[in-house]
Amino acid sequence: MATLLLTLFIPLAGSLLLLFFKKDNTQAIKYTALGISLFTFLISLFLFFSFDSANPGFQFVVEMVWIQAFDAGFRVGVDGMSMLLVMLTTFITPIAILSSFGSIEKRNKEYYVMILLLQFAMTGVFVALDLFLFYIFWEIILIPMYFIIGIWGGKDKLYAAIKFFLFTVVGSLFMLVAVVYLGYYVGSELLKMESGFTSNFLIIRDLGSAIPYDIQKWLFWGFALSFLIKVPLFPLHTWLPDAHTEAPTPGSVILAGVLLKMGTYGLIRFNLEMFPQASMNFASIISTFAVIGIIYGALVAMVQTDVKRLVAYSSVSHLGFVVLGIFSMTVEGIQGAVIQMVNHGLSTGMLFLCVGVLYERRHTREISEYGGIARVMPNFTIFFAIAMLASVGLPGLNGFVGEYLTLIGAFKSPILNSYWFTIIGTTGVIFAAVYLLWMFQRVMFGTNDNPKNFNLPDMNKREWTMMVPIVVFIVWIGVYPSTFLKISENSTRFLVNKIELLKFGKSTYELPGYENPAEKQELE
Amino acid sequence: MWNDLLMGSPVYLSAALAIIIILVDAFSGKNKSLTFYFALISLIAVGIMSAYTLNMNGQPVPEGAFSNEMIAYGGISAVFDILFVIAGILTLFASAPYMRAQNVERKEFYSLILFAVCGMSTIAHANNMLILFVGIEIMSITFYIMAGFFRERFTSVEAALKYFLLGAFATGFLIYGIALIYGATGGLLDFGAIGTKMLTGNVDFLYLKIGFALFTVGISFKVAAFPFHQWAPDVYQGAPTVATGFMSTAGKAAALAAFILVTKAMLPVNFDPELVSDKIIEMTDFTSDARWLIAIISALTMLVGNITAVVQKNVKRMLAYSSVAHAGYLLMGIASNSVNGWSGIVFYSMAYMFMQIGAFVVVGIIEKNDGRMDLKDYTGLSKTNPMLAAIMGIFMFSLAGIPPFAGFPGKYMLFIAAIESGFTWLTIVAVISTIISIYFYIGLIVFMYFKDSETPLTEKFGFSKATITLVISTIFVILLGLFPTYLIDLVKGLF
Repeated sequence: MATLLLTLFIPLAGSLLLLFFKKDNTQAIKYTALGISLFTFLISLFLFFSFDSANPGFQFVVEMVWIQAFDAGFRVGVDGMSMLLVMLTTFITPIAILSSFGSIEKRNKEYYVMILLLQFAMTGVFVALDLFLFYIFWEIILIPMYFIIGIWGGKDKLYAAIKFFLFTVVGSLFMLVAVVYLGYYVGSELLKMESGFTSNFLIIRDLGSAIPYDIQKWLFWGFALSFLIKVPLFPLHTWLPDAHTEAPTPGSVILAGVLLKMGTYGLIRFNLEMFPQASMNFASIISTFAVIGIIYGALVAMVQTDVKRLVAYSSVSHLGFVVLGIFSMTVEGIQGAVIQMVNHGLSTGMLFLCVGVLYERRHTREISEYGGIARVMPNFTIFFAIAMLASVGLPGLNGFVGEYLTLIGAFKSPILNSYWFTIIGTTGVIFAAVYLLWMFQRVMFGTNDNPKNFNLPDMNKREWTMMVPIVVFIVWIGVYPSTFLKISENSTRFLVNKIELLKFGKSTYELPGYENPAEKQELE
Repeated sequence: MWNDLLMGSPVYLSAALAIIIILVDAFSGKNKSLTFYFALISLIAVGIMSAYTLNMNGQPVPEGAFSNEMIAYGGISAVFDILFVIAGILTLFASAPYMRAQNVERKEFYSLILFAVCGMSTIAHANNMLILFVGIEIMSITFYIMAGFFRERFTSVEAALKYFLLGAFATGFLIYGIALIYGATGGLLDFGAIGTKMLTGNVDFLYLKIGFALFTVGISFKVAAFPFHQWAPDVYQGAPTVATGFMSTAGKAAALAAFILVTKAMLPVNFDPELVSDKIIEMTDFTSDARWLIAIISALTMLVGNITAVVQKNVKRMLAYSSVAHAGYLLMGIASNSVNGWSGIVFYSMAYMFMQIGAFVVVGIIEKNDGRMDLKDYTGLSKTNPMLAAIMGIFMFSLAGIPPFAGFPGKYMLFIAAIESGFTWLTIVAVISTIISIYFYIGLIVFMYFKDSETPLTEKFGFSKATITLVISTIFVILLGLFPTYLIDLVKGLF
């Protein structure tokens, strides 16, 4: 319990601590920020190892009433899915901070304050069990990310920052209306509570299916719009290429690594759990857009001349698989989606780091400026290749596991009830191979005939330190995914069980031998 | 007699002190700080008395009281008093350095603040249409003078004249509305009596409707709601910046207090159907018509305010238009006509006061005496004056309703109130206009943080009395955002 609070609040405390540092003392600021994020990772490891993966419910739950008048509380806890994403956050942040050492050259103090604040809010999004609290974390993220893109970004940073902010806010404000309506409906109409209002997720999720379908569908879209913009699902994705390209390297790493997962996480946690009927009905529509996104993202990525933009579009494609997996509403699909979220965070995060390594040396991202880099940077080539192949979905590396599971899930999904999603979606894997391998070939192989590329130094110690840990996990998940799959397995089964009971009156999945009286009662 | 005086002390005390301060002003000669400190101590004294009377609502009015039930005691009136007093103190601190920078330091300004507070607290304590009217007039006339305080500058004089003419016009509507209500109810002015008469007695609903509509027009002028908001941008821009901050927050809150008092009496929420069986239809008709009218005004106000604010290049004018929009948000609470709505208004007015006064103080600091108020004048502020930029940034995020700042819980409460009372469409309009507003609020941040200009602001702004205002406002914007529960519980308990 305390560990969860520590994981959440240490970054906040750290960012407040940094405010008291002298502005010119950049070394101290950098290493303190790194130290804080590493310490948070360490604490989160305790959390990970004390997590009971047999329990499908929420663990380490802390509940405190915050605003009595409308029953908003500080309620946090993790289940299997959020556990993995919390770990992803605490793992990616120190790496992003390490990569900032090379790419952030001005206003260091403000920058590290922002990035720790960002970590706090991201962790908060994944652990919040109260809609009010969730919304607050969701919106706080905008502030540091807006500044990170706007101050430390590339040349079109203003456009990208404002676009990012406006797109996200459009979604989230409609979500706010949905949160308020849902709170009112559950509090007043269903439960007749004294406060007439509640935002307690643990109460609302059990009553979600009791909401009449006419209301449920509006609420579903209120939440879904916000999440689908964040994911981003085609055709709501247009903010992403700009934001990713213009953000500084660590900003892109965090955007791709963690921020986009908030959208997919929200879809599972809120849409599927609270509005099961609406989710089932709209699954086909959303999956169709997901598949279009897979193909569209891949095709657009293929023609990019800017490496970073290419990686950004590849995100659109990869997250299409995640959304497809989620709305297959099968255990395989959702498990695949969860593991694919982690995978995408690792492999795309690493691709952005690799692009950052090149950018720091040459200050350009144009593919045509490169060629034959493999000759001058042999070590870097290996890492770049691993990241690229992981992203392609080469068996043995992590990307394969996630994509395979989501596709299986979509294939046997009784709710989508069509093979075409999988058939078309699978071609996305081929396209991914095309654009990534082609890009890799143009950048790394061929003849090194640009004089500016003749004397590029290979990776330094700092770059080794930030790449090696990611590679370890890329291979680990690729070879032995069940370490991570089993963490989220029971939570996923619990969710799918609930949906199938609603739809078919019986469930194909058994919850294996976990005795939790409260949870069991709910199932019956 | 004494008890009576004690219970109504915020009104009486502020009136007495306002008269005394004129004398202090007249006899203190060139000594400016004496008036300043007298005003400060007076405001604090009124604040203490308001806090003291906070729980005196519901107590029986003493026998033979000279207020003759025309004055309401304690409770929500006291909360509003506290709001006005805080706004007065914040403005007082900010106005001294501001006027010095403008080279027009006249100590009358300090006594005007006290007069305005007196008028506003009369409004909040009104239990009778006439008292309400007197309060509105005291407040408005003080505001006309405040707007024209820079009497050598034609913008300021223009603002005052415009404000005065249109304000007088609005007052006409207001008094006409009151007269019709008086006639329709058969000669009643007390809020409580009007409410009871409408339920039980013989009331002409046609005249009542017209009366209420005219009253609404008058109040709409005072809160700067569409379509009676046209004066606001010019007046807010021309008036001294600190006065604008004061008028657009405390003045708005006072007008809304008046609106709450009247709607609370005239639009009963849960009336006993048996009591009014023969006119249940007329009654519900009247209530729902009135609420729809206010809801439509509210929706249009927030849209128009925010859309026009988007194209402004002058920060003061932008904030003036955004102030119109905020009146729209606040009217959601009146439209929902429930305890949640009213307490939402009180909370939001309180939050809005801190952020808006704070923002105007920053504008006043940058403005100095050469009138730099354009967006481009803020370029690079975060480099030359990081603290000032950070504070302004917090105010902008708060005005936009981004958590964890004070604007967010306020908006959340108003949304809850509107949805509970069936105005879901109104919240959607509110959300759309908020999206529009975010464009210009974060636009200012773009100038302060992201842009580099060739001629950045070079000077550093040091410590002055205005710093106190900024520090207090910032702290409260954050505190009310993180721990809104104390204020919410307090306010909800008093309705």
